[in-house]
This record gives sequence, structure tokens and C-alpha cells, in this order.
Amino acid sequence: MKARVFVSLKPGVLDPQGRAVHHALEGLGFSGVEDVRVGRMIEMDVADNVTDEALDDMCRKLLANMVIENYRIEKLETA
Amino acid sequence: MSFRGAVVTFPGSNCDRDMAVALEAVSGAPAIRVWHGDAELPDDLDFIALPGGFSYGDYLRSGAMAAKSPVMRSVIAAADRGVPVLGVCNGFQVLTESGLLPGALMRNGSQNFICRTVELKVENSQSLFTSRYEAGEIIRIPLAHHDGNYFADEDTLDRLEGEGRVAFRYVEKVNGSRRDIAGVLNAAGNVLGMMPHPERAIDPAHGGTDGRKLFESVIEALVRA
Repeated sequence: MKARVFVSLKPGVLDPQGRAVHHALEGLGFSGVEDVRVGRMIEMDVADNVTDEALDDMCRKLLANMVIENYRIEKLETA
Repeated sequence: MSFRGAVVTFPGSNCDRDMAVALEAVSGAPAIRVWHGDAELPDDLDFIALPGGFSYGDYLRSGAMAAKSPVMRSVIAAADRGVPVLGVCNGFQVLTESGLLPGALMRNGSQNFICRTVELKVENSQSLFTSRYEAGEIIRIPLAHHDGNYFADEDTLDRLEGEGRVAFRYVEKVNGSRRDIAGVLNAAGNVLGMMPHPERAIDPAHGGTDGRKLFESVIEALVRA
């Protein structure tokens, strides 16, 4: 199966990169963008017997930095 | 006794030689070079330095991959035994990613890579690494980084301040760091992480020698012990 991990900065942690992207969007003339937060998506092909606990452990130990980031796991069954 | 200081090199480290030269200049003993894939550190080390650079190309997050490399398991065990560990720049990032120091180092607030000499205030002059400085002394140390914006939650910052674990603070706003923190100590005081590069300020030809006292502090303490 495929597992997608979405890593994002915790609320309250300033995101200078998001701010710069926001500014650039406005510079291009797009209006109505109220906030931009930049995150990261990690896609993994994993064996079907990999447990949710193991995926969680991967996120906590490496894929996300729990001091500043949150993560969300999305599993996609592949045929 | 002869000082046994080691410098760890990760793929992408680029200040490892400068760090070794600084250790050798101050201690008079050859620096021991350790490779990231080494599972074991040499025996009886007095001091371990994690140098600056871009270990593993800063993949995932600065310092994240190096923090999980084989040699770091031994570095963490040595730090837990009380061996002094200094992490500079990318080395500081490796220390926070490995959990040896609290907090995280994020992209500079300005988004820019910053490369210049800055003034630091010595906040704690009692530590293993700073005993040769005066409390409140202003020193000039070069820095060069993209991810030096120190972040920790308010409770952690209060605890660090209360326990005297802020070793150095930027005199002016530099990179967006919370409370202008430039260097922090672990609870036991034997691990120091800092973004500025003391190893680049040990010889008059560098334009300043304010970093030298950091190495003198730790080496003299060890040789006296």
C-alpha cells in the first residue's frame, strides 16, 4: 500500500517560508489569500503488514520534528 | 595527560577541518577524526565536536539524517556518561534533532543565508565551555547559516533561562531566534550547541580570537581534572 505523511508546522510556529510565498502570490496579483503555510508530503510504498503503530513511530522518530511539526498519515490501498 | 578530542565528519560536513585545527591549536594534541559510519567512538575521549556544514545535504531537515547515523548512538551514550560535546552550526542542529538539546533550528526569519561576524553576549560564564569568559562579556564570532532560527516553546525557554542554560545570546536581532538565543547547554552542562563558529575565531589572522577562550575553557578544565 501507499502511505502519505503530511508534515506541517504546528499552529503558533512562525512560518517565514509561508510568509514569503504569501507575499509572492500577492505580488503576482492573486487576491484573497489570507494565510500560507508550507509543509511537506512524504509518500512511501509499504508492505501491507506495516502497522499503524509502526507508521506513527516513523513519523515521531524521523519524518516529523515533534518540537515544531505535526503530522497526518493517509493510507491508500493499492490494487 | 594528553588531550583526546575528536571531530566527527558526516557526509557534507565542511567545518570539520577548521574544528580540528582549532582543537589542535589550543590543546597541542592531534585531533582524532571520526567518520559518521563508525559505530564505535575511540576509547577514552575527553571531548567530541560536531562540526558545521550541510550533513546529508540537509535532507528532510537540517541535522535530521546525521542525528540518526550510527556514530550518533555512540555520541549520545558518551554525552550521557558526561563527555563534553560541542555542536557548532550544523552540529547544533544535529544535537537538537538527536534530542541531546531541547528546541529546534528553523529557517532564518529573513529566509536569507546569513554570513557575517556578529556580537554575542556571554550569558553564562560558569559553564564548562565558557569559564574563561566574563559574565556579560561581548564577543565577536563569525556565523554562516540558513537555519539558525532557534525555536522552543515558552515553558522550555523559561526553564532554559532559569537554569542558566542560555550560554550565548545575540546582541542584535540576527535570525529570528526566540529570545535571541545563540547557544544552549543541556541540563548536565556537558553539551553545548551554538550557531556561531568559535573555531573560526582562534587566530589573529581570522580577524579575531574571541572563540579561543571557549576551547581553552573546556580543555583546561579537562586537563586539570
